[in-house]
Amino acid sequence: MTQSPEKIRCDACPVMCYIAPGQTGACDRYANEAGRIIRTDPVVLLSKTLQGGGRVVPFANRNWEGDAFPADTLITGIGSGTTYPDYKPAPFIIASVVDGADMVTVVTEAIFSYCGVKVKIDTDRFLGPEGATVRAEGEAIGHVTTAEYGSQMLSLGGVHHLTGGEKAEGRATCAALLALCNREAVELTIDQGSTIVAQAGRAPIVDGRPENRMRVGCGSATIGMFADQWHGLVDEVVVVDDHITGVVSEHQAGKVLGWEDTGIKILGRRSTPGRYFRVSEPGLGWGGTSISDPLQILGPWNPKKGARAGLRLLMVSTTGEEFAYFELGAALVPQPKPIPEALLPSVKLIDENCEPSLCTVLFMGGAGGSLRSGVTQNPVRLTRSVQARETRLTSGGAECYVWPGGGITFMVDVTKLPDGAFGYVPTPALVAPLEFTLPRAAYLALGGHAGAIKTLAEMMREGGEYPTGARLQPQAGALK
Amino acid sequence: MNAPQVAMLSGNRLHLHHGPIDLIIWAEGTEVARAYAQAVARFEGLLAELCSELDALRNPVPQPLQGPIAQRMAAAVAPFRPAFVTPMAAVAGAVADTILAAMCHGTGLARAYVNNGGDIAVHLTPDQSLTTAIAAPGQARLVLRHNLPARGIATSGRGGRSFSRGIADAVTVVARTAAMADAAATMIANAVDLPGHPAITRQPARALQADSDLGDILVTTALGPLTQGEIAQALSNGEAAARAFAATGLIAGAALFLHSQCRTLGDLSLEKEHALV
Repeated sequence: MTQSPEKIRCDACPVMCYIAPGQTGACDRYANEAGRIIRTDPVVLLSKTLQGGGRVVPFANRNWEGDAFPADTLITGIGSGTTYPDYKPAPFIIASVVDGADMVTVVTEAIFSYCGVKVKIDTDRFLGPEGATVRAEGEAIGHVTTAEYGSQMLSLGGVHHLTGGEKAEGRATCAALLALCNREAVELTIDQGSTIVAQAGRAPIVDGRPENRMRVGCGSATIGMFADQWHGLVDEVVVVDDHITGVVSEHQAGKVLGWEDTGIKILGRRSTPGRYFRVSEPGLGWGGTSISDPLQILGPWNPKKGARAGLRLLMVSTTGEEFAYFELGAALVPQPKPIPEALLPSVKLIDENCEPSLCTVLFMGGAGGSLRSGVTQNPVRLTRSVQARETRLTSGGAECYVWPGGGITFMVDVTKLPDGAFGYVPTPALVAPLEFTLPRAAYLALGGHAGAIKTLAEMMREGGEYPTGARLQPQAGALK
Repeated sequence: MNAPQVAMLSGNRLHLHHGPIDLIIWAEGTEVARAYAQAVARFEGLLAELCSELDALRNPVPQPLQGPIAQRMAAAVAPFRPAFVTPMAAVAGAVADTILAAMCHGTGLARAYVNNGGDIAVHLTPDQSLTTAIAAPGQARLVLRHNLPARGIATSGRGGRSFSRGIADAVTVVARTAAMADAAATMIANAVDLPGHPAITRQPARALQADSDLGDILVTTALGPLTQGEIAQALSNGEAAARAFAATGLIAGAALFLHSQCRTLGDLSLEKEHALV
């Protein structure tokens, strides 16, 4: 059989169809449109001005209407396809004018075997020891790392779990990372710790109990914020906290207001006046401690230092979620009493000042290797340009933080990307969209694929290396 | 070259896609996650395995074949010779059967299906059944039951991605395997025809898809108006072929659709959806 010259071989999959003009390959997804291979799945474009749901606009439409794309259209890597291992230029290389500057954006979907997620879980509760293994489906996928302000931190994924261990470990890691990045809920168990359900942008669920609020501050900070409001209404306030438990009568904030001594004794390690470390083990009780009865952190009351029958004591956690009111009996033992109405507003205020507890997920990946040669013929210059902030890196249109040092290692908040932005390949590795934007002159200077640059208008008319359709979405928020 | 793509869909369904293969997979029972992992593992390299023997699979003359899927395809189409057929007539069903077998290996699935673009391989344990809806006038439902041998469903016709030599809107077949159903649906849809009728436009397959295994054989590209009598005649031609296949045990049942008319035969368990009748 003789091949007529206009037939072209599609290299999108191993079938390697010969496709004549106007025909599609065996998949019906790639076609020969006037001598070039085009693809039918939509590439995602973002617009801030677009209201409501997404809409689909075909590329290469003969009856093209001028206003099909809003003026602020931003092209993303989602659905762009990839030319991995990048023996040819990236699927979309687009020139546009931004604020009068001639800019080029190179768009691709990158395959990351070096990647992971950092999960910040807003809770003071103890989730497991630092360094403890975190598991999904029973497989080790990461570990508990150093705690941050009001939050417990997990470091998940990474190349050793993805491709360095057993097949099952890599698969479970990839599945968990993909679900977290696409803002789905994932159950994680921590060795010698809790079982948590983590979902980006939602409250964490710890051992079956949803977390509501972050603490307003540590126990000492809480005393500082509210001492004034308690003065005159109660004789002593203890703010129970796993980190620093505060006592108003001893605390500098109380002293300034003229609080009198109460003869209270806290069973913990005193740091500075009115501030105590380690009143209990960390746990799921009051203020991230393991206690459910706050009186167990109190020792005997000392009458020589001000303890007296009828003394009024408020104990409250750093989130205001737990509180109790006591009065000292004749034997100087605290007796539980209903909390006076006048104290309720201050407890409520603690609660109100707490921010909602969230799980937040940052995807972290390294865009090195051959991906860069889809962008430029001199890969290391791209790295340097990104490092020098000359090239702006975005992922699915979302701002990235580029880590200093070698390589293009970046982090991005997964809630800032459109739905379903992440995918995976069975390697196992994650697929994430990437866009590099830089001045045209700079792009050419670093060895960019000059011949592959299209104007935004050309891209809208003709599509990229493969796509023939585009999906327009509002740029941020409410994409569901 | 794009790699195989794997994604989860709503309803805990697994989506596998590579080139022309698009699988929607669902399972229930114990070890579903393991079954899905086995499906993904089998899917890796599957297309390359098929493509390594693509020329032989596109050949109407039987060729020696190495791959297990290729051999399944060849076995499924062999009973239909001497009529023109290539193993490609069973490719979708054979892929579905292969992935389903990989999923069921050593797992405790109660029910499962692998839907390869309408060619469906089904797994059932005792007392289980699976109901599928047929997008056709009357909105019929097709039920596979454990006590009957059919585990494959396939549909062929003018509306599909593959070319048809006949004029059927759709022919749905149930058979022991998806590969057998796939091959039989192709052959029955080809037989739903009115040879020489002026309302039927045909073109050589090669003119539509340069690589087609059908070569210069004419395939239907357009269909003009037909009388009720002509529709009945075309369906009768197809039904005769289907009855012959059923008589030799190649198929368990078939439903043939053309415009307003429909024929069913065999133990298809085609149930009308009462709300819509």
